[in-house]
Parts: sequence; C-alpha cells; structure tokens
Amino acid sequence: MSLIEAKNLSKSYGAIRAVHDVSFAVARGEVVGFLGPNGAGKSTTMKMLTGHLRADAGAAVIAGFDVADQAVQAKQHLGYSPEGAPAYGEMTVREFLRFAADLRGLADPAESVRQTLELCRLGEVAAQTIDTLSKGYRMRVGFAQAVIHDPEVLILDEPTDGLDPNQKFEVRRILKEMAARKAVIVSTHILEEVGELCTRVIVIAKGEVRCDESRDKFLARGTDLNAVFRQLTA
Amino acid sequence: MSSSEKPSSPGLKPFTAMVRREFAGYFRTPLAYVFLAVFNAFAVSLAFFVGGLYESGVASLDRFFLYHPWLWAFLAPAAGARLWAEERRQGTIELLLTWPITVWQAALGKFLAAWLFLACALLMTVPVALTVGWLGDPDWGVILSGYVGSLLCAGACLGIAAIASALTRSQVIAFVTGFLACFLLVLVGYGVFDELLAGVLGSGSVDEFRRLGLWRNLEPFTLGLVDARPAAYFLSVAFAGLGLSTIIVERR
Repeated sequence: MSLIEAKNLSKSYGAIRAVHDVSFAVARGEVVGFLGPNGAGKSTTMKMLTGHLRADAGAAVIAGFDVADQAVQAKQHLGYSPEGAPAYGEMTVREFLRFAADLRGLADPAESVRQTLELCRLGEVAAQTIDTLSKGYRMRVGFAQAVIHDPEVLILDEPTDGLDPNQKFEVRRILKEMAARKAVIVSTHILEEVGELCTRVIVIAKGEVRCDESRDKFLARGTDLNAVFRQLTA
Repeated sequence: MSSSEKPSSPGLKPFTAMVRREFAGYFRTPLAYVFLAVFNAFAVSLAFFVGGLYESGVASLDRFFLYHPWLWAFLAPAAGARLWAEERRQGTIELLLTWPITVWQAALGKFLAAWLFLACALLMTVPVALTVGWLGDPDWGVILSGYVGSLLCAGACLGIAAIASALTRSQVIAFVTGFLACFLLVLVGYGVFDELLAGVLGSGSVDEFRRLGLWRNLEPFTLGLVDARPAAYFLSVAFAGLGLSTIIVERR
C-alpha cells in the first residue's frame, strides 16, 4: 500500500502556475529524493501533501487519509519539517518538543521527548532556547519534532540545507536508520544526496514531474549528475 | 519516539497543550510584565486622578470602570497582536497547520489563553476594590458585575485584535489596526462623537447607533445591572472576531 499519494495535484498563485498535474505514490521503505531547481514547485507540492496548502485541483492522501477531508487523521501519521525548520524561538528545545508531543496527544510525552533528544543528539542543548542555537542544531530540532511520534510518513523540505558535512552526515544517518519502516520524501538540491540516501528520484521542474525512477536508473543516466539535472530541468 | 505509540484519540490534550503554551508564551518575554504594569498604572491613575474616585466620596467603582473601554481598546490589541502574526513571522504557522489539531481548536486555544492573560491583568486591580471597601461600604455585587462586564469588554476587543493579527505577519501592524478598530468602538457612544453623528444621521438613529459602542454596553454592568443584551453584544463581538480570524487563517 502506498503511504503517500499525490493525485493530479495542481496549484497556481494568481497567474503563476506553481504545480501542474503532479501525481506519484510512495510506499513503505522508499526514500524519495525530490529534486528540482529553486522555484520548481517542490515546496508547493510538499505543502499540499502535508495539508498546509489547499490544492486547486487533485488530492493528497497520507496513510490512506485524505489530507483535506480527514485532516487530523492524516496529520497523525505525518511528520513534516518545513523549509528552514521553523520553531518557536523563545522556547527551549525540551519545551518545544514537549509541546509537539502534547499536541500530538502522545501517551507518554516525557518518554517520547527523552528518546527523541537522544536520537537526534540534542541532549546537550535541551535546556537552551531555540533562538540561541546554531543552524545545525536548529535544523535538528525541526527534524526532531517531525519524528517525535514515529510517523509512518516523513516529509522533509531541505533538511540538510546549510549544514556542514558532518551535520549532513548525521541527518542522513538518522534518516537511513528509520527509513525501512517509513515512506520518506526528502527535497534537496544537493545531487550527491541522491546516491547516499534515496531509493528513488523524482525530478520536478516548472511545476511538472520530469522524471520518476529508481536511484540506480537515475544514476545510470550519466556520470555528471549536474549535466543530467540541467538536461532534465531545462 | 517509541514505535509502539500509535496515534489514538488524543481527546482534549492537544487543546489544553495549546492553551498552556500560549498562556506561558506571554511570560517568556518581559513584555508581559510591562503590559501588566502599564495596565495597572493606567487603570488606577485614571480612576483616581482623572475620574476623581477618591474625591467623589462614593464607595463605588463606576469611576474606575468608566475608563476600561479605553484601556482594553489599547491593551487588548497589544496582547492579541502576537496571536497569528508571530506564527507567520516565525514560520511556525506551517508547523501548527500540519500538526493534528484543527485550526478551530488552535484558534480557540490561543484566544482563551490571551483572554486569560487579560483576566490576570484585571485581577491585579482587586486592591482598588479592597481600598474602596476599606474606605466605605460598597455594594460588592455591583463591583463584581463591573468586573464581569470589564472582562467581557476585554474579550470583545480581543476578538477584533485576533482579526487584525490574522491579517498580517507584523505585530506592529496588527496592533495599530486592532487599536484603531477598537478605538472606533470606544468613540461610538461618547458625547462629542454623538453630536457629530446626530448631524449626519439625525438624532433619532443616534441612540440605536450608540448601542454598538463599548461604553454603552459596559455601563449597565458598572451599575450592577446584569443584562443579557450587553453581555450578548460583547460575546458576539468576541466570537465573531474569533470566527473571522480562524477563517482568514484557514483560507490562506
């Protein structure tokens, strides 16, 4: 069964067509690299999948629940980290995660917070307010709130953006650890991430899917991934 | 993060978490204390120095409550400006709207927390009532109804502030527009403004129009007249504001 389904999603902002008729499905165990140039419609597609934006046409289904009609059920199965990993800056890391756990109605929120702090290696900054954290830690906090309820579906908008190589390695490590049990979509414009992290690649440009294939098939397109990317998104 | 944890019916937990976070949020910055201090300083000094509460020689708080529409018109938008504008500025609105809580639950939680905060400000003025009780022999029922009226008036101003906050990502703009809207509702029902209106509408319709003002609806409460009509007025403004702000947030 597909845990994520995008069915003919379309969205326009005024006269600008951001996303046009995008369809795909992601099954458990798949990590989809969502690639595309800036402004291609990656974030808009993700926002529609997570129920943040209403689609003009089409539907998004998370774990069998329509995000428009069964929003709360769909969102219970979803972990989402928006671009830039926004968080309540005036809260400490622990308070913020506790709030996320409470808002999700978790049975043992204190234990969920403890485990998530450990998983994301945030223990040492748990008592710091989020505003005082470095970018690397902030991104991890965004990631932590997305996985605190161990969701079946994980949607991450540029989770490694602005991180140093060690931090990127760390995020990828955690993702790989949990990927087998989940359906994951990771947007990125770092092509090397595809080989290291993803099992499948979807390239989007000008609001349309240009390519949707397995990682191996994608990598076989050429040794110069940048050239492949340019050609696909032209 | 435990894999055994399956989302079950969370009941009221998300909602109470929302109220708690929002309420505590006021005290995370020094702004809350500044707010409480300003409210108290103005509430007390307006009553004593402008209203002549002491000189009047009457053991009642009507001269204290007289200025509350002004106070709420200024301070409810100040407390309500952050409701949605801050979520937009920080980008956290995207988290909130993708967490398993409906926009209505989130909006109601925010609104109640803000109202509770305003109630705290009001509660801090109880020493004024005690002073009057010490100096004379006031009717405590009237004082209580005055407090109820003032709290309802605060809710109405907060409803307007919620709309202003839902429309922008800037707390400053939210505050200014919220204040202007509340300020208009204070003016409706004041002498000078009335005469102006009488010139435009004719004296007959002015009285109807005055019923839309904040003071006209607070006045009965300060006299100990607990009436359904002004209570319904305040509550409808409050909930209309809450509803409209929720729709604005939902539509974007």
